[in-house]
Amino acid sequence: MAAGVAAWLPFARAAAIGWMPVANLPMPVAPTEKNKRQDELIILNVSGRRFQTWRNTLDRYPDTLLGSSEKEFFYNEETREYFFDRDPDVFRSILNFYRTGKLHYPRYECISAYDEELAFFGIIPEIISDCCYEEYKDRKRENAERLMDDNEDNKDCKLPNMTFRETMWRAFENPHTSTMALVFYYVTGFFIAVSVITNVVETVPCGATPNQKDMPCGERYTEAFFCMDTACVMIFTVEYLMRLFAAPSRYRFIRSVMSIIDVVAILPYYIGLVMTNNEDVSGAFVTLRVFRVFRIFKFSRHSQGLRILGYTLKSCASELGFLLFSLTMAIIIFATVMFYAEKGSTSSKFTSIPASFWYTIVTMTTLGYGDMVPKTIAGKIFGSICSLSGVLVIALPVPVIVSNFSRIYHQNQRADKRRAQKVQKARLARMRISKTGSSSAFLHSKRNGLLNESLELTQLPYKMNISHQSCSEDGQKLSKTMSLLESQHHHLLHCLEKTTNHEFMDEQLYEQSYLETALQSYPSRSPSLSSQGLTGTCCSRRAKKSSQLPNASAATSGLQELSAINIQCGDPPLSTSRSSLNMRPDDPPRLNCQSGQITTAIISIPTPPATTPDGDGHTLPNPSVQNIVKVSAL
Amino acid sequence: MSSCRKRCKKEIVKLAQYLFRLITGTLHSDSVEDELELSAVRHRPEGLEQLEAQTRFSRKELQILYRGFKNECPSGVVNEDTFKDIYSQFFPQGDASTYAHFLFNAFDTDHNGSVSFEDFVMGLSILLRGSVQEKLNWAFNLYDINKDGYITKEEMLDIMKAIYDMMGKCTYPILKEETPRQHVEIFFQKMDKNKDGVVTIDEFIDCCQNDENIMRSMQLFENVI
Repeated sequence: MAAGVAAWLPFARAAAIGWMPVANLPMPVAPTEKNKRQDELIILNVSGRRFQTWRNTLDRYPDTLLGSSEKEFFYNEETREYFFDRDPDVFRSILNFYRTGKLHYPRYECISAYDEELAFFGIIPEIISDCCYEEYKDRKRENAERLMDDNEDNKDCKLPNMTFRETMWRAFENPHTSTMALVFYYVTGFFIAVSVITNVVETVPCGATPNQKDMPCGERYTEAFFCMDTACVMIFTVEYLMRLFAAPSRYRFIRSVMSIIDVVAILPYYIGLVMTNNEDVSGAFVTLRVFRVFRIFKFSRHSQGLRILGYTLKSCASELGFLLFSLTMAIIIFATVMFYAEKGSTSSKFTSIPASFWYTIVTMTTLGYGDMVPKTIAGKIFGSICSLSGVLVIALPVPVIVSNFSRIYHQNQRADKRRAQKVQKARLARMRISKTGSSSAFLHSKRNGLLNESLELTQLPYKMNISHQSCSEDGQKLSKTMSLLESQHHHLLHCLEKTTNHEFMDEQLYEQSYLETALQSYPSRSPSLSSQGLTGTCCSRRAKKSSQLPNASAATSGLQELSAINIQCGDPPLSTSRSSLNMRPDDPPRLNCQSGQITTAIISIPTPPATTPDGDGHTLPNPSVQNIVKVSAL
Repeated sequence: MSSCRKRCKKEIVKLAQYLFRLITGTLHSDSVEDELELSAVRHRPEGLEQLEAQTRFSRKELQILYRGFKNECPSGVVNEDTFKDIYSQFFPQGDASTYAHFLFNAFDTDHNGSVSFEDFVMGLSILLRGSVQEKLNWAFNLYDINKDGYITKEEMLDIMKAIYDMMGKCTYPILKEETPRQHVEIFFQKMDKNKDGVVTIDEFIDCCQNDENIMRSMQLFENVI
């Protein structure tokens, strides 16, 4: 129940008088307010700053520190005030929560300090109102990430008992942990550079000797280059094997991108060794050498920026894919148009549509080589349209990639938003649960409080006198656990039940019993169960069930009510099947204990045998069933 | 025929305007006028002494009531939606809006669409501190939706449906369509002495005073404040 409306509970209770003439049953006794105090001001002294408020304001939330009796621990007898040695600035927000029912998060406040204060005063952060909730969650996430970063930094410190394998792996992943790792890191980097430079220099034409024609250096100094290549590949192979040995999960390591790059970098050499100097195969061997350029990707282990670039391209793969698709569409369209426009002109280079593809691509990317030019007027017109649209189409994905890049630099927001959505859903679910908590709290206390109500239901005066004394203490004990507000609210709901001669039921129980009856009485009709929710989610009323007259006679009403409660508590599906059908009176009572709820309390109620509400004259089930009262958990 | 031509002309003009805008590329920003609806409804209640004289509440009780009232409705009046909202919070499982509507009409004695603090406190004074006669009068007023002095079966059916709506759907035994109607029948059997199909105020008060249950339950909320 929200804070403000707690003040309106007296109004709601007064308005319940409107039900009284309509009700046919006696109403339950109102909860008495033991030691009813006049509303008084209480003083809360928080580190010297005095806050004053009404006691009723604090009582609105009985499950927090200030609303419960826990605050008595902080009561100072001499000054007659409650003293808290906490931050007064944050306390302002907390006290406002009691006053207005909304918890706000002040932006200037540190998130961990605020969390601590909330925890101290027993307030869950989920009820922060929507205006401040986003901010709160953002700050909390940042804080969590900062903590995670700290933890990662701490992880680098050497743990005492690490195996040799683990040490090696850590050395590979974080080169700055030890000098050996650093040395290894620089050596491999150097050799990668050497290998790449070798590949490049191999193809440069070296100085021409007078008798021989210009030949690339690779063919001139074959042995030297071969030795260089062998040395590099040796080092790379050793490195790869060491990484493979040290990897905690070898299978995962083999599948990782870096290891594939490593393999592709060194494989051509080995294939070249294996292959003979066959003429046909050497062509393929030469192409394999192209793959040696992949060694340059090994630098990505050494460069953070390269990794981020790769990750960027991966993350905007969908945008790039769409760009490619739209470009292809445009290319095909324009190529077709150009081909047909230039078909007429003689000696046109646009021999076919695929041949026009080249022109279109070159024009759209504003390269304009000039090897293919349109000659007809139509061709020129369409060519100009093509180049203009090309500018647009090419310019579109660039901001996307840029924004992705910057996005990855500043924490991946998309994943965070998804997480936030999940969190939002979880938060709404939690708030829904707390709302259902209020209604199930009523059901809960109803079952517990049966002792209280069984008194008024019996009309016989002597029972009132005798059992009143014995049960009153128990009743008082039970009602002490609930605040006065709650008990009054439950009394109100109970009055409504009495007025309508129907009882509130737990959703789960209701759906179960509904399923039971639907299946039994009308097997052809399928019950339509809607999703779980708070109100109006249970199945629609079925009009065709056997009529059930609400009991009008006051004399037996009390006993019947008592029995109705018993039946419900003891065996809900059983009773609904009996009461709804009137068709199978001879069904033996079935014990159905599969409601999935925890039986945490067993209260034995002395029950007189009575008729069921529909006046069929059925006897009650055996007493053992009656005595079990199921207390529903959420 | 001329209307067709007029329509054609209008469409052509619109098309021309559209093409013009397309070619010249006017950027037209959507002008959204924020209508700041200043809720200028502010109501201050009469003085404390006057209310003390008119109702049966003590000064302190009036203070407590006003504080709660003002907290929920800072403008000083409750309109029907707020009223429904507040009342619905007490009945989470059902739909309390219809009954709240009837309650609102019962509290809004001058029928101006809003319940001020005076209306509120007057109503509460009758309900909590009034005599049984006054309470029954108030209840009759609540049931008599069109305030003509008679409760017809349709009015009672509306009220009954509203009450049953508050229970929601998850009830035991399961609520059926004809339950409110049957309840109305029972009510009329009890109350309508001359069987003329309507219940007058005298029949109502007479019958209630003879019913022990009702008498006892009327005293139930004596000490609410």
